[in-house]
Amino acid sequence: MAGRDERPGTTGSRGSRLLGCVALASLVVLGVLAFFLTGPDVRIHPTTGEEFGQFDAVRMLYLHVPMAVLMYASFMLCAAASVGVLVKRTPWWDVMAHSTAEVGTVLCGLVLVTGSIWGRPVWNTWWEWGDVRLMTTLVLFLLFAGYLALRRTTTDPRRQERQAAVVALVAVLDIPLVNRSVAWWENRTLHQRSTLEELKIEDLTLFTLMFSFLTFGLVVWWLTLQRFRVGWLERAAIDHAVGSAIADRRSETSADELDAAIGVTDEQVGEASP
Amino acid sequence: MSEVRRFLGDARLVAARDLRIEFRSRVVVGQVVPFALLVLVLFGFALDADHRTLRTFASGLFWVAVLLSALLAVHRSAALEQSDGTLDALRMSGLPPAALFIGKATAVFVQLVVLEVVLLGGLLVLYGVQVVDPVLLVVAGLLAGVAVAAAGTLYGALASGLGVRETLLPILLLPVLAPVLIGATRAFDDALGAVAVDGWAWTGLLAVAALIATVVGALAHGVLIED
Repeated sequence: MAGRDERPGTTGSRGSRLLGCVALASLVVLGVLAFFLTGPDVRIHPTTGEEFGQFDAVRMLYLHVPMAVLMYASFMLCAAASVGVLVKRTPWWDVMAHSTAEVGTVLCGLVLVTGSIWGRPVWNTWWEWGDVRLMTTLVLFLLFAGYLALRRTTTDPRRQERQAAVVALVAVLDIPLVNRSVAWWENRTLHQRSTLEELKIEDLTLFTLMFSFLTFGLVVWWLTLQRFRVGWLERAAIDHAVGSAIADRRSETSADELDAAIGVTDEQVGEASP
Repeated sequence: MSEVRRFLGDARLVAARDLRIEFRSRVVVGQVVPFALLVLVLFGFALDADHRTLRTFASGLFWVAVLLSALLAVHRSAALEQSDGTLDALRMSGLPPAALFIGKATAVFVQLVVLEVVLLGGLLVLYGVQVVDPVLLVVAGLLAGVAVAAAGTLYGALASGLGVRETLLPILLLPVLAPVLIGATRAFDDALGAVAVDGWAWTGLLAVAALIATVVGALAHGVLIED
């Protein structure tokens, strides 16, 4: 993980700084594409001739859809890392599970917020209780909010790793429900089926959508990397604190007193010495 | 075959122990059930004791009362293992963790069934509901009870030993039980004739939830209680 130019106690490296700059530049390009170069969704009714469509609200697509897909990816990575925690039991998997869960939860919250903002002009409501995908996404958010609450409890880290892994693996069972809800409960959702599968969008709109996947992919990659490094430093700080506390405690007592306390005699110490 | 019998025997041992403690301490009967009835009464006050409103929302209010009360029952079940090094003793006993889980979940399930029966009496008397399909009511009630007991026992074991388990358990458990709440409410809507829905389809969802909660709980319990 440590790069040559990495300073101790920082989360930056040459690679991650470059990644951050590329992600930032991509966000600027995406902004230009989404707000200036692509047009609003305006269609003409074939019989009445009236204008209809999503108008400018369609631009939310470039934010909402990639975030939703990357949310799935983050939570699936979290699930894979949680399996790693249970099988390998090493801190690397645990820090990875924690990082991806945190980034995934932020994305899930943003998916709900951007969806709500988009829903106001298009569905004429901020929130639709009858929509299955909305409900299952909200439940997913609450499940991972619980996961993060568990991670903030102070307990034995090894025990917490296992607990968090189980919670994450139960929580990701909701993902197939979120993903397939539009197909399984077609009459109980306002969400549309994937327009990409049916190739209803094309040209610059399609390109911008694909570019938004790439951009947010870079952003999420950068965020996860940074969060992983922060998590790794947190672990190192805890280990360091425990190590120095043990050293301090030992320094309070002389070696002879320690030997006497654990019942080792001077002769035994002499025998043990080379 | 003998292994299955031994497994079930171990589970029965744990369930009988938990139920014996409950029978002697009467915490669920004396505190959790009255709490559930109190919640029903408070809903009545909050909705201004309008019979028609209460009948319309009876299923949802019933299951919210069950879930809130189940939190207390689960908390109690997990707390049993925390005193006098009981969990250490259980670890040393050689009982399979899955049998321990099934035993504890069974005890919680029995307590939930008692709770549901008393609450149903409350619905009939206080809210004036009528049972249209008793078979659907019983099947949905039992399946939802299994799902709540299994998920509750899993998360109870998970939160036990944490200093903040009283506040953490609801945050972890209630979102997991959201599908059970939805399915059980719709099934009861049909069974009580409140709303025209296909209650048996929702009962299918409850069966899937009960199965998943039981299997995941039995598999994960060992990981959670090991030290």
